[in-house]
Amino acid sequence: MTTMNTVDPAEVAKFEAMAAEWWDPSGKFKPLHMLNPCRLDYICTQIAAEFGRDLKSDRPFAGLRLLDIGCGGGLLSEPMARLGADVVGADAAARNIPVAQIHAAQSGLAIDYRHTTAEAMAAAGERFDVVLNMEVVEHVADPLAYLTACHDLLKPGGLMVCSTLNRNPKSWLMAIVGAEHVMRWLPKGTHDWRKFITPDELRDLLVRAGFDPVDRKGMVFNPISWSWRLSDRDLSVNYATTSLRRAG
Amino acid sequence: MEHEQDILVAGGGLNGPALALALAQAGLRVTVIDPRPAQARADAGFDGRAYALALASQRLLSALGLWQGLAPLAQPIRAIRTSDGVPPEGAVPFFLGFDQGELDEGPMGFLLEDRHLYAAFLAAMEAEPRVTLRAGVAVVAQAIEPAGVAVTLGTGEVLRGRVLVGCDGRTSGVAARAGIRRSGWGYDQTALVGAIRPERPHEGVAHQIFLPQGPLAILPLTEGRASIVWSERTAEARVIAALPDEAYRALLEARIGHVTGPITLEGPRFSYPLTLTLAERYVAPRLALVGDAAHGVHPIAGQGLNLGLRDVAALAQVLAEARSRGEDIGALDVLERYQRWRRFDATVLALGMDAVNRLFSNDNPLLKVARGLGMRMVGALAAPRRAFIREAAGLAGEVPRLLTGQRL
Repeated sequence: MTTMNTVDPAEVAKFEAMAAEWWDPSGKFKPLHMLNPCRLDYICTQIAAEFGRDLKSDRPFAGLRLLDIGCGGGLLSEPMARLGADVVGADAAARNIPVAQIHAAQSGLAIDYRHTTAEAMAAAGERFDVVLNMEVVEHVADPLAYLTACHDLLKPGGLMVCSTLNRNPKSWLMAIVGAEHVMRWLPKGTHDWRKFITPDELRDLLVRAGFDPVDRKGMVFNPISWSWRLSDRDLSVNYATTSLRRAG
Repeated sequence: MEHEQDILVAGGGLNGPALALALAQAGLRVTVIDPRPAQARADAGFDGRAYALALASQRLLSALGLWQGLAPLAQPIRAIRTSDGVPPEGAVPFFLGFDQGELDEGPMGFLLEDRHLYAAFLAAMEAEPRVTLRAGVAVVAQAIEPAGVAVTLGTGEVLRGRVLVGCDGRTSGVAARAGIRRSGWGYDQTALVGAIRPERPHEGVAHQIFLPQGPLAILPLTEGRASIVWSERTAEARVIAALPDEAYRALLEARIGHVTGPITLEGPRFSYPLTLTLAERYVAPRLALVGDAAHGVHPIAGQGLNLGLRDVAALAQVLAEARSRGEDIGALDVLERYQRWRRFDATVLALGMDAVNRLFSNDNPLLKVARGLGMRMVGALAAPRRAFIREAAGLAGEVPRLLTGQRL
């Protein structure tokens, strides 16, 4: 690959080491499995609203071409394929691809998993109705260049959902001290708190990359019910955004 | 692998059809496998079996579109009284399995005969294109596969779905084949169940009479009849059950005549030993247990049904939500949401009924004194208990939609 690459090699190596554990709900990726219903609710609601789909129907996302960047073991790609989308799952970590392919085959789902990057796909002229960019932007070396590539990957009128972690004392306490050191949900060093992005910084980056930001919601962990929920107001740790590429 | 069906339900009693109809409403395809022939049970005349439906259960039937047809066949419970002058607000509604918080205005619940309820479920399943009923054939084997479950029927036919739900009662074959263990105990008590026609009109009033041998309930049915749930020590119950009708009638009249006046018997008599059985887990990969298969409480007056319909509402909602976000509906982490939602409530309720039953079924003089106190305490504790359960389960304010009468 000769394209300019914004993936930080040290970050990719960390996830490669964790790849085989993807599909164990109580394994190393437990926090993602716990977060998944909440972020799927957000993604599905946004896609259904933008493209006028009924989530109660069979295969509501039929006809939509969707890219899942940083697909890992396919935790988002599989649900999207089940809902009828034509899914490409891309990951910069080579070892994730066979893991995801094997699991999709077991689940009876046809998903095009590729070892590639957003930049390479944009340069190759790939275009999608939907780009999922979940918990990736805080791991890349150059967020603006990366988000610009994501913008290029969308068809005019296409939609990107982008989630990340806020940067403030609470997120340091929750995501670094809590998740990595106290609960040991994530291996130490999974996240570099300095690369976290505040909602305003992300909005600014999205606009500079050419997007129209249209929505943002917090994802809040409730330690009593031990589950995540969406919040209109609390964007203090995890949050998700929706942006559009202008039509025409 | 493409599955013909999303959900396979083993057991076609009442919870099975209710679950199938709720899931169909949410767009899922369901096959219900019932070992009994469907029509035989639907054609039955009055057999004395009736359920005291809590309001939440009635709302679920309403959300499933069944209540409109059932309402004219149901007897509203307008009041609950005890014959011994103890105020009824505490233990009696609790014993009947009604929610304290529901006892505001209007009927406290409804008495509905099994034959009407089952017939309504049968007709609704026939009218629902997403539900297939396989009656007169049993599940003989089940195998968990990577993306689904394969169920072998007695005919040798194999059905495949994403989830198998055991609505197959307290001796659940689905649970046994999955190696899910059960714990429980008997009470040395047996419930004698049947219907009577009291000379004094019941006027929609349910009575609970606390006798040393155990509680006796008189539940109002339509057409002036009443359903009797009469618990006795098992040895005595055996003797009473063996009595000819007239001797049985006379003995019963001696117990309840002060409330009912002279009585005549209506329909057949049944007896059920009182036992409690709890499954150690409600879910396993691609499997879920509902109703008595998960938690068998006394088969008295339909508390088991009220509890089972709560399971139905919670499981249907968990599966419908998982489907609409594209999750694998049979994945263990999805099914565990149902278990978290239901297990605490069901266990506490089962043990609560167990405690009430023990308290009221003993002629120990100390317990007799405790009884009056206990009834007040149960009443006083009901609200904080509910609040505690909700808080501990992390579900404050979260009731399955179907139990509030809303469609999925």
